[in-house]
Amino acid sequence: MAAHPGSNGSKAKAAKLRVFRGTAAGGDFQNYEVETYPGMVVLDAIHDIQAKQSPDLAVRWNCKAGRCGSCSAEVNGKPRLMCMTRMSAYPEGEPITVTPMRAFPIIKDLVTDVSWNFEMAKKIPPFKPRPRDADGNWRMQQIDIDRIQEFRKCIECFLCQNVCHVVRDHQKKEVFSGPRFLIHLATLDMHPLDTLDRREMVKRDFGVGFCNITKCCTEVCPEHITITDNGIIPLKERIADDHYDPVRWLLRKVAGKPRAHKVPAQPTEAGKTADISGRHRVDGGNGKGELER
Amino acid sequence: MANKVVHLPVLDFGATLRKDNWWIGPAITFVILMGFICYATFRAFENDYYRVGPYLSPFYSPLIPTAGWGIPFLSPAMLILPGPAGFRLTCYYYRKAYYRAFAMDPPACAVGEGGRHDNYNGETKLLIFQNLHRFALYVALGFLVILWHDVYKALWFRDPYGTEASFGVGVGTLVLALNTALLTGYTFSCHSLRHLIGGSVDSYSTAPFGQLRHALWRGVSRLNQNHMFFAWTSLFAVALADLYVRMVSLRVIQDVRIL
Repeated sequence: MAAHPGSNGSKAKAAKLRVFRGTAAGGDFQNYEVETYPGMVVLDAIHDIQAKQSPDLAVRWNCKAGRCGSCSAEVNGKPRLMCMTRMSAYPEGEPITVTPMRAFPIIKDLVTDVSWNFEMAKKIPPFKPRPRDADGNWRMQQIDIDRIQEFRKCIECFLCQNVCHVVRDHQKKEVFSGPRFLIHLATLDMHPLDTLDRREMVKRDFGVGFCNITKCCTEVCPEHITITDNGIIPLKERIADDHYDPVRWLLRKVAGKPRAHKVPAQPTEAGKTADISGRHRVDGGNGKGELER
Repeated sequence: MANKVVHLPVLDFGATLRKDNWWIGPAITFVILMGFICYATFRAFENDYYRVGPYLSPFYSPLIPTAGWGIPFLSPAMLILPGPAGFRLTCYYYRKAYYRAFAMDPPACAVGEGGRHDNYNGETKLLIFQNLHRFALYVALGFLVILWHDVYKALWFRDPYGTEASFGVGVGTLVLALNTALLTGYTFSCHSLRHLIGGSVDSYSTAPFGQLRHALWRGVSRLNQNHMFFAWTSLFAVALADLYVRMVSLRVIQDVRIL
């Protein structure tokens, strides 16, 4: 083995890996041995296998810096980013098991088909800000966005989607959006400038009631976003305001006010949303869509 | 390169590739919660040894006179315990604990559930009452007022003739105060309270009392980060406070006056 930049010159140690190899039709574990070096991560080991032993081993990766979220897999049964998982974190001599994300269909080896997530993303009516101020700007204060800044750290690795038992074990993909998109909905619902009311959709179409707050999504998040406590539970409380609070219901009846606090969202085809004025917004795929005027 | 081939395990109940002792957490939770439920049930039926000197067990506070109601086995605790029990049952933290430990739904993260839950509905049907947590919160806030009043009463010791009360602090006073302080921490770190005092606001800078609500929300949020700590310590504390009163009442131990 060639000296690695991070090597201290000491004798290289070997690590054993059990890597899932296969397709949707079925698969097996394959055992490998790789030489380790200080600072080595699991993705390095997979690349080593790919380079020297199994050139056909399929693995999805991009930045190798914990930013792109593409190398999500399960290491010793725990959902992890392979590029952020050090080999030294595991006991020497014991095989390290690497498997693809279980909640999604396998394409090949460690690569899964995560397209369901993107389909779900398209269903969420995008950000629709109120009109600009007289000077042409939108203004908001830091205290207004404290809460949602945390959610913007999401790198869409989909580890939370993978570990959520509603998606993973109960396969409720038709009626439940999963934690990543509940966080996205919370971001929009708490945004000080947003004007669309997505609450009815959060309950009806995105299935927030299916979440039973077991917090696995929070446990696996590589960005340490407090998904459940800061995102999903506030969303559940907002749904409780509208649907499960007889006091508020009575006050609404007495005051004669409608339940919706914003303009109701009206989902149309994927990628487009119409508000009640009939304007459409097109999402260009960068999450920062423009209003069509 | 070796080529030993094994099949990918199917996700039967409990199946996982995790190598840590994932079952310990749910097992401990199960034992502690079951232990508490058994003890509280026993004490609710015991209907005795809940008051000694200036001390009143939190299980029996407020002391409702049920003796004359003519209902067999009815104790004050039976009327009181559903309040705090409802608060804990619908608590967002405890849901994680008991869904894992009792329903095993899931038993732990990335641990298989098998085919046991084909009709999983989360909190949309049978468990829809979980959405009423804020009402349990209102009840819990009422109990806090009563319990702090009990702590105040535990500061006044009557003379042997029962005529005059003088200020004092006993170990029992501290036990009751600690219990109530932890229950206060648990209640004030509640997710529903966090929502009600400021979490429902989208724009603090423009909402009525927005700055104040943001400050309150931020304070509760800080407490909320320790909600799990308060949930467990207050559970132990309330059982300990009741046990202390019972032991003193039975003269198994003697209360020590500090002041």
